[in-house]
Amino acid sequence: MTSYVLDPTGERTVATRALLARPASIEGRRIGLLDISKARGDVFLDRLEVLLRERGAHVLRFRKPTFTKPAPVDLRHEISTQCEMVIEALAD
Amino acid sequence: MVVKRECATCVMVTPVIADLIDRAGPVLVVSQDDPGFPDGMPVHHDADLAISWHHSIETVPTLIRVNGGVETDRTVGWSRAEWEGLSGLDGLGPELPAMRPGCGSASVDPDLADGLRVRFTASTLRSRRVELADLEDEIEALFDRGWTDGLPVVPPTEARVLRMLEGTTRAADEIVAVVPPDLVEVTIEKIAVNAVMAGCRPEYLPWVIAALEAACTDEFNVHGVLATTMPVGPVIIANGPGTRAIGMNSGGNVLGQGNRANLTIGRAVQLVIRNVGGGRPGEVDRAAHGNPGKLSFCFAEDEVGSPWTSLATARGFGPDLDAVTVFAGEGPRCIVDQSARSPELLANTFAACLRTLHNPKSVMAFDAVLVVGPEHARVFREGGWDRERVLAELHARLMVPGHELVKGANGIAEGLDEKFRDLELPKFRPDGLLLVHAGGGAGLFSAIIGGWANGSLGSQPVTKEVRP
Repeated sequence: MTSYVLDPTGERTVATRALLARPASIEGRRIGLLDISKARGDVFLDRLEVLLRERGAHVLRFRKPTFTKPAPVDLRHEISTQCEMVIEALAD
Repeated sequence: MVVKRECATCVMVTPVIADLIDRAGPVLVVSQDDPGFPDGMPVHHDADLAISWHHSIETVPTLIRVNGGVETDRTVGWSRAEWEGLSGLDGLGPELPAMRPGCGSASVDPDLADGLRVRFTASTLRSRRVELADLEDEIEALFDRGWTDGLPVVPPTEARVLRMLEGTTRAADEIVAVVPPDLVEVTIEKIAVNAVMAGCRPEYLPWVIAALEAACTDEFNVHGVLATTMPVGPVIIANGPGTRAIGMNSGGNVLGQGNRANLTIGRAVQLVIRNVGGGRPGEVDRAAHGNPGKLSFCFAEDEVGSPWTSLATARGFGPDLDAVTVFAGEGPRCIVDQSARSPELLANTFAACLRTLHNPKSVMAFDAVLVVGPEHARVFREGGWDRERVLAELHARLMVPGHELVKGANGIAEGLDEKFRDLELPKFRPDGLLLVHAGGGAGLFSAIIGGWANGSLGSQPVTKEVRP
């Protein structure tokens, strides 16, 4: 006999988003570096910044107040309006 | 007038029904079972029990007075005085006893009620209906869809979910919280679906709801509790007379298996975080080890046998209120002291065990729940130490000299900067120890439940009232 159950999930309709094409060059592009506030994340990002600048990128730095919580919506908005690409660093 | 032949009181009052039809004007007689009962009268047969359901008939006979299409009065069972008052007639059933209780309505028959609830109210549920194929094993089907915590779940059919919703007076479409990590609004109905899957009884539902209200606050930060690499999950501590009414365990094996309320309330909370919030191990849940309590970790405080005010009372909720406190905790560890017969000596052991929590060098970073067993609590009771005294004595014993805490001290790399060498620092912040009385009556043991990053950047314990 056919039976029915009720969906226990949040029933979110996940929009499928195509990946953007990989940029041919990072020269002159604005790249955000997001530090999630874990120990030594800044060490990793400092090195990345040097390497990116050597390749002509314009680097902006951002930092979450705490790694334990999602980035505040204002910070996400700031990054999305100021950057073309973003690199989020995990560290421990 | 709603009756059934199966009911002896209904059969007894048939002469009175005939009298009402003769003298009181139009009477609609509704029979739940036999369309020919009462004999010789025009009867409407409530074959599908729709009339009985929609008029909330719980007992037969039920006599309802209707004016202008609107119910103005009703009485159940047989009571001459009430029937005469309702009908405005005198001398009803002179040969009958003055009163006799009625029988249960067919519409509340436990064998029928679930089916009726689905037929008459299921359309109010908003969750997506998921059809299971004829050849699918329903338990396996729910595993296949990724909806379980690794153990089988009870299939959330409409009948079971509607029965679960009987456990609360709150509307099914009320939004209770926003559940991380996907930040999805969760309704009472969705909680009920997951509570069914967890194995809850309807009377547990308000406790599940309250625990989710507490967990999904910015203070508790269940997002961080879920996402952390540390082995913590929501530990739910229940207080109030309702814990006893629903049969929660606060005694032997209190933190273990075997009690349906303890286990399924905690499990339902975690299933909501998994299914509604989208928090799954290996995805946003990054725990390095986890702990078995992440399946369910929920227990009641033994308030009746406690020498102290309860945890919820200490946190501002009256002793007559039902409340849950959520704490971001790891698995429990045992404190053994079978020799101390004075509160001072027992506090020394407690402090020494608490001192090592997470790392002997760590201070003020983590809170802890101290679950004191009845045999240890007796020592404090006999010594006259109330809750405040116990906590003050423990905090005093947990002041640690900085030279034991700095990096490299005792051959341990972990530690504080040198600048703290000459200070004395507390192991726990002032409200970082939560005292709870629970456990079996035999055994000079207590338990520590270690916490996670505390304070506004981590997780704060949160207490919420359990509302019907």
